[in-house]
Amino acid sequence: MSPEEELQSNVSVASSSPTSNCISRNTLGGLKEHNYLGLSDCSSVGSSTLSPLAEDDKATISLKATELTLGLPGSQSPVRDTELNLLSPAKLDEKPFFPLLPSKDEICSSSQKNNASGNKRGFSDTMDQFAEAKSSVYTEKNWMFPEAAATQSVTKKDVPQNIPKGQSSTTNNSSSPPAAKAQIVGWPPVRSYRKNTLATTCKNSDEVDGRPGSGALFVKVSMDGAPYLRKVDLRSYTNYGELSLALEKMFTTFTLGQCGSNGAAGKDMLSETKLKDLLNGKDYVLTYEDKDGDWMLVGDVPWEMFIDVCKKLKIMKGCDAIGLAAAPRAMEKSKMRA
Amino acid sequence: MNYFPDEVIEHVFDFVVSHRDRNSISLVCKSWHKIERLSRKEVFIGNCYAINPERLIGRFPCLKSLTLKGKPHFADFNLVPHEWGGFVLPWIEALARSRVGLEELRLKRMVVTDESLELLSRSFANFKSLVLVSCEGFTTDGLASIAANCRQLRELDLQENEIDDHRGQWLNCFPDSCTTLISLNFACLKGETNVAALERLVARSPNLKSLKLNRAVPLDALARLMSCAPQLVDLGVGSYENEPDPESFAKLMTAIEKCMSLRSLSGFLEVAPLCLPAFYPICQNLISLNLSYAAEIQGNHLIKLIQLCKRLQRLWILDSIGDKGLAVVAATCKELQELRVFPSDVHGEEDNNAAVTEVGLVAISAGCPKLHSILYFCKQMTNAALIAVAKNCPNFIRFRLCILEPHKPDHITSQSLDEGFGAIVQACKGLRRLSVSGLLTDQVFLYIGMYAEQLEMLSIAFAGDTDKGMLYVLNGCKKMRKLEIRDSPFGNAALLADVGRYETMRSLWMSSCEVTLGGCKRLAQNSPRLNVEIINENENNRMEQNEEDEREKVDKLYLYRTVVGTRKDAPPYVRIL
Repeated sequence: MSPEEELQSNVSVASSSPTSNCISRNTLGGLKEHNYLGLSDCSSVGSSTLSPLAEDDKATISLKATELTLGLPGSQSPVRDTELNLLSPAKLDEKPFFPLLPSKDEICSSSQKNNASGNKRGFSDTMDQFAEAKSSVYTEKNWMFPEAAATQSVTKKDVPQNIPKGQSSTTNNSSSPPAAKAQIVGWPPVRSYRKNTLATTCKNSDEVDGRPGSGALFVKVSMDGAPYLRKVDLRSYTNYGELSLALEKMFTTFTLGQCGSNGAAGKDMLSETKLKDLLNGKDYVLTYEDKDGDWMLVGDVPWEMFIDVCKKLKIMKGCDAIGLAAAPRAMEKSKMRA
Repeated sequence: MNYFPDEVIEHVFDFVVSHRDRNSISLVCKSWHKIERLSRKEVFIGNCYAINPERLIGRFPCLKSLTLKGKPHFADFNLVPHEWGGFVLPWIEALARSRVGLEELRLKRMVVTDESLELLSRSFANFKSLVLVSCEGFTTDGLASIAANCRQLRELDLQENEIDDHRGQWLNCFPDSCTTLISLNFACLKGETNVAALERLVARSPNLKSLKLNRAVPLDALARLMSCAPQLVDLGVGSYENEPDPESFAKLMTAIEKCMSLRSLSGFLEVAPLCLPAFYPICQNLISLNLSYAAEIQGNHLIKLIQLCKRLQRLWILDSIGDKGLAVVAATCKELQELRVFPSDVHGEEDNNAAVTEVGLVAISAGCPKLHSILYFCKQMTNAALIAVAKNCPNFIRFRLCILEPHKPDHITSQSLDEGFGAIVQACKGLRRLSVSGLLTDQVFLYIGMYAEQLEMLSIAFAGDTDKGMLYVLNGCKKMRKLEIRDSPFGNAALLADVGRYETMRSLWMSSCEVTLGGCKRLAQNSPRLNVEIINENENNRMEQNEEDEREKVDKLYLYRTVVGTRKDAPPYVRIL
């Protein structure tokens, strides 16, 4: 349960004993044995039955391409190289990646029937076929690369020769940091606690080293009358303008609710301007709680200092904010800190 | 077994500890059900809304230990708005009213208030153990009441909670008569700590085995603490920013050398790397090492430390260790069972050459034969590497791989990573938890459905092409309990294919997928034992329910099985169908 799980996790790895093991391991009628990779046995699979259906599915699964993915440098036949170069869209027929799909058309058609009519039974029938076929794969056990090749592929970081020039090479694959990377909510999946802790750590050391800070700094933002509060990452903004814009967007819908519903059409336009007006018209003010627990008006101290001291944000009604620390006191405080 | 008197059967049941086994034996016959429920001491509830406190107490009146989990897992990543739910107060109130002899409470992702902590501290005379993981809503005032009122307190374990630190004197609130502490963890407290009070507390706790300090405990205090607690098994170091003077350092070294029982080390929030050598003498005894918050330690310092940890079974570390560092781990830590590599640079802003890649992962898999759990954040991966890992380590129980950039393909072949993950699920027959990432098509879910027979929890993000993907999983993984999906193109067809399936699972989460309001309504229609919750951030939807569009996509869907129907404490933006 806890993130720090018990050390003594005495788990016995349950070896699954599928009922399919009982099924005869001889190739059943119609089943053809292929190894997992389908590297050898190039010619063994009949492609007769599958072309018509391949058309429908070729967008989704490019088995050909995936099959070739597993080919290590030097272990593939030249034929495959050219095929890879051609980047032909998937033809599910020729070399079913899965040795378990003896007659792919059955599978394809049943799963297509599946989606059309919502009939699950078809799929469970195919699952049985998979189960039966699976046992034959287990006997083979040659689906893994021979050990030598595996270690070879790993230690060498050279780009293998048979990578087609047409494809983007590895140099392009390393993510070039885009100028403004869109922050996806909740990604990467790292707990806010961890992000905040690391950020604070970095920040404290940066004061010593002078390196620019990285990491997130989440603070809660609440608004009078809003049903729930949000969190924003102060480090993702560089000045008050950006912060204010982001908050406007976030809390637009709440303000709209308070103003009463407008007409459906032009609503979005209206709402943004309305909130801006509200904020600019001083109906709402943005305040923050600092490290000492005092509530101050946002905007009075330099941005860098602000993110250093800000613990929480609150969008208050203008009338409630009267008497909050105005500029002179805020500057005094900041002088005391400096 | 009916030939034995109940007391004998009960005695036999005492040896059955795991809650799943006890659930099973309670299903055998009525008399076993009765004996089991009256003798059950520990109850685990994976979803606090699946049952209510009254029914729990009705069935297990003698319970002593309760574990509750509240919010769904993705709440950890800010995907669940605040005030969604998971309040512990009703549970504590009910337990107090019924005079249950509660001794232990373990909560995860729940909302805990000072009021509930106060009530907890006053209601159960034998209360011994409080463990709070990823909870929020309370302050150090609540901790003060626990310290002051729980006379038998043995364990106070606070892991990664959001606590408002009022800088009160909660440590002072432990009475002088309190000498029973075995475990004290307040590493997540952000404020100042009364070090003197802490030292007195540690000095009068001869049974203290686990002590995890927060950032505010300085180096010299650490030396004193370790001197009066050489019996410590588990230590969380606070921080020491500045290089210590030679005298302080020497004192620390002396103190550490005496702690021959120390097996687990964590913390190091801010560390001057030159302080690390003080810990070298005990490294050979270490079983668990958590350096995942030690952002300041460079790779080479980490390596020097780890090279001495030959008995390590669990290692949590930042990716600043690099592939080179992981190779050292692989060569040194032959007993390693669990590895977690966290990203030090969460926004991917820096072009960090020291971060880990598929090379490090393969090295670990090759060097550590006992490895069964891994969480690995990296910027790139290849199918070849995953296939090699699968071959080296067929014993994985938990395999969680997070490639930082969504949809990222195999960086050498530019193919999807279907084959790599396929190899993992095919080789690791005992796999119970899997998180996938990178560029993935429906194919990977076909593999998962076919091979991952023991899979209980699956996390999917930015993956798949069509409803087939989700269908493969739901149809194939018979033991699935928790399925969580975000930003993937699965829609109503997949959701509605087998509605009865969801009662065999704990929960399903789908956010930013293709399911619509209409689909969710249909799902909820004939499922009285499922709560189907729609969380819509956009307030406007709530306003015009008369105009609601069933084709509208649902932001977040969270459904879970329950025997107590719709919950009453949902906030207005959560709609329960």
